[in-house]
Order: sequence, then C-alpha cells, then structure tokens
Amino acid sequence: MALLEIHDLHVYYGNIEALKGISLEADPGQIAAILGGNGAGKTTTLRTISGLLRPRSGSITYGGKSLIGMEAHLIVAMGLSHVPEGRRIFGILTVEENLNLGGYLIRSDRKLVSERKASAYALFPRLAERRTQLAGTLSGGEQQMLAIGRALMSGPKVLMLDEPSLGLSPILARSVLKTVRQIANQGTAVLLVEQNARQALAIADRAYVIEVGRVVLEGEAATLAGDERVQKAYLGGFEAVGTG
Amino acid sequence: MGAFLQYTVIGLTVGSFYALVALGYTIVYGIIRLINFAQGDLSMVGAFLGWTLLVSFGFQRLPLYLALIIAFVVPMLGTAAVNIVILQFAYKPLLRKSLLAILITALGMSLLLQNTAELIWGPSIQAYPPNLLPSTGFFMGPVHVTYVQLALVFVSLLLMGGMVLFVQGTTVGTAMRALAVDHDAARLMGINVDGIIRLAFVLGAMLAAASGVMLGLYYVQIQFTMGFLLGLRAFTAAVLGGIGNIPGAMAGGMLIGLLESYTTGYLSGSWKDVIVFGVLITVLIVKPTGLFGERVAERM
Repeated sequence: MALLEIHDLHVYYGNIEALKGISLEADPGQIAAILGGNGAGKTTTLRTISGLLRPRSGSITYGGKSLIGMEAHLIVAMGLSHVPEGRRIFGILTVEENLNLGGYLIRSDRKLVSERKASAYALFPRLAERRTQLAGTLSGGEQQMLAIGRALMSGPKVLMLDEPSLGLSPILARSVLKTVRQIANQGTAVLLVEQNARQALAIADRAYVIEVGRVVLEGEAATLAGDERVQKAYLGGFEAVGTG
Repeated sequence: MGAFLQYTVIGLTVGSFYALVALGYTIVYGIIRLINFAQGDLSMVGAFLGWTLLVSFGFQRLPLYLALIIAFVVPMLGTAAVNIVILQFAYKPLLRKSLLAILITALGMSLLLQNTAELIWGPSIQAYPPNLLPSTGFFMGPVHVTYVQLALVFVSLLLMGGMVLFVQGTTVGTAMRALAVDHDAARLMGINVDGIIRLAFVLGAMLAAASGVMLGLYYVQIQFTMGFLLGLRAFTAAVLGGIGNIPGAMAGGMLIGLLESYTTGYLSGSWKDVIVFGVLITVLIVKPTGLFGERVAERM
C-alpha cells in the first residue's frame, strides 16, 4: 500500500465537474509527476488533497487514514505540505517570518524551529542572505525557494508542489527541480505538478498525465518520456524526435 | 498656552480610550475585512459589567487595587465571551458569503447590544462610584494633571504596547498579520484560521471593554447608548490612521481625542462631532488609505 493513495476522486466547481475520477499514489523517496495542460485538473487535485477543496466522492488515504472532510490545517499536521500555485508567500512579512509560519505547528518547540530554519537556509543559502528582507521584495526564484523552504518547516512526509518552475529562467527552474529531487531522496514523498513535462519527467519516478479531469496515461517516468503520445502532446515535436 | 496644554492633557486621555476601541476595529478589519460596528457597544457592555461589579456587587468596598483588577479583568473576559457568541452565531454563517450582509449584521448587532443592555441595566444613566479614585493631581507648570488621567493613559499604553508586542513578536501574532493577506496560504501553514479569527474577536472585545471601564471611571456616568458615538469616533480614528494598521489606529485615536478636546475648549462642545466627522469625510476624500495606510498590502 502506498503512503498516499487517491482513488476515484470527483470534484465539482458548482455544477462543473473538474475532476472525473482521479486515482494516483505517492510513496516515500519517490517523485510522482502530474502532467497536463491548462485546466486539466492538476491544481484542483492538489487543492483537494490538502483540504482546500471538498471532493464530492472518492477517497484520499494517507498512511491508511482517510483525509476526506478534514480541515486543511489538520492535514498539514498529519504531515502533508502543499506549495501552492503562484507560491503565495506572505509578501508583507520577512523571509524569516515566512519560515516561522511554515513552522507554525511546531512553534512551541523553539529548538526544532531553529533547526528546521537552519536546514532551510542550508538548502537555499540565498534565503539566509535575505532573512530580514520583506518576502515581497524577493525575485521570483527566491520566492519559489522561500515557498519550498516554508513548506518543509512542518517536516512533511508528503510534499506537494504546484508548478515550482513557473516563471523561472531555465537555469533556475533546473536548479529548483534538482533540489526537489534532493528532498525526495531524503525520504519525502513528492507530488509534483508541472507544465514543464520534460524536466519533470527527468527527475520523477512515476508520472500521471491528466486531461480534462481524468488520468489518461500513467507509468514509470522513463517509460512515459519515451511514449509517443506524451512526446507529441507535452514534449514538443522535433527535439524529442531528434534525441530519439 | 496654559489652556492649550490643559486641553492637550484632556485630549490625550480621551484619545487613549478611542485608540483602544479603534484597535479593535483595525484588528478585526485586518483579518476578515469587516467593519465591526458593534465595537463601540462592546465598550458599553464592558462599562456596565464593570459597574455591576463595583456598584451592584459592592466590590468598590474592597481594597482599591483589588477592586480595580476585578473591575477590569472580569468585564474584559465577559465582553470577549459576548463577542465570541456574536461571531459564531451572527458573523460566521456569513463569513464566506457577502461582505455587505455581514456589515448590515454588524449594525444590527450594535442595536441588539444596546437594547439588551437597556433591558438588563435600564434606560437611565448609571454612575460609577464617584469617589473610588482620588481626584487629586499635580501641576506641571500651568497644567493640572490628575493621577487618574495619568493612570488611565498609562494603562491604555500598556494594553496597546502589549498588543503590538504580541502581533509583531510572536508566531501567533505573525499568523494574524499573514491572515490580512492570504487565508488559504495560512491554512496551508497549518494555521487554524477560524481560531485566529476568534482570537481577533477576543482581543478586540477586551480592548473595547477596558476602554469602557476607563470611560466609566473617568466620566462617572454611563448609559446604554454611550457606545454608539464612541464607536463612530473610534471608527473615525481607525480610518484616520489607516484601517488595518495597528500603529495607525493608536495615533488616530489620540488625534481624534485631541481634536475633540481643542474643539470643545476653543469652540464649543456641541461642535466636536461636526469637526470629528468632518475629518472622517475629508480623510475619505483626500487620502482614503489614512495617514499611515500605505498600499493595501502594507496593512497591519
């Protein structure tokens, strides 16, 4: 049994069915990539898992326990952390205060908070240089680092990332995804939503391709990267052909 | 010059009451974008609870420090409980629906508190024990300052300082500031958003109740309608300072107090509300973000 199991998830916005029966899994130390175009339901899937949206039916189990109907802040306490689309850092707070809020649930254990902050700063040394700066004044890449660092403060077993490379330069995007791989290698289960399918497949173990609310393809990341349909739809024509 | 300084002392005293109520407006607004029009009436509830303890229950006969501790702490807790009930039953069901509906509800709650207070404590004016506090003072040059004025301003500053320390210096306070920007992102940090909203209502009510007891001690007379104008003046103070901005609310309260005192002194007491609300209108026209309000993102 996987650590996080989502089975036949149906989510509606009013009368519109956004997820039409999504099933997926995430395991410790592994990256599961969720690929798909705009409006496919990738963000909706993550928001439902983290409790910001309520599914109409289906199951979400984490370590054998159901997360359905549980409030978002309690789901964080269970060990699931979500880096939302657009980063959503608190721009009016400093970098340090943002990290403190990431450690909100462990706030009474000051030692643990400073240990986790130290490892966030070790992972992203740029943040350490800017710790007293207002987060709103950071560059896009730094904000993404802060969003990931902040999500790690709660010590998650499952880390969900929504488009971490969005708006970043190709070099920065690669470096952020490399860090994501490092985080997974330390034993965290990662759910990675990405538009940048090529880079996502390069670091992921498994992948799910979602189209209009359904999983249309799933499998080993390496296999999917070679799949003709994936190459055509998400990896762009000639380069994929050229590299064989 | 002597008169001017004398009016300043009075203005700062009254202003510190307004500042406490204005803080309540600003804290609640910062988190759920609600102008809680019942804020001034919570102050009235605090004043009557304090009166009940001191006069009806006879705690005025206790040693002064003990009587004062009871007369502040119990009304602050009692009023906080009232505000939580209002939040849960009146505001919570509307919280994620319409801001206009919740605003009208706040006006309704203001009237409800007034009428309930009238039922419980009667329509007539009640009096705080007039000789509870010493009426003595001292002269600073030409200016006479009473010990009561000094103590009331000191307590106000203490409460406001505590508030600022809490909001700026603790993780829970940081969470309150974060809620001013993004509720969903706060949830993803593991912050119990409903819990923080309740906390804001508790703190707002406690500050209002403290100001109510102070008003009772300072002016002696209290009445169930006293919260209405107090609330409007404090609201003006909060807007003047930039609603949602904590230092702004404190400065705004002091400014409104001073303005009122100078108007009363140099013009006439009946002009003070004309001037105060004239200021409100002017601020709304000229600088709607208030004196301290920068961009919306800089709030709190």
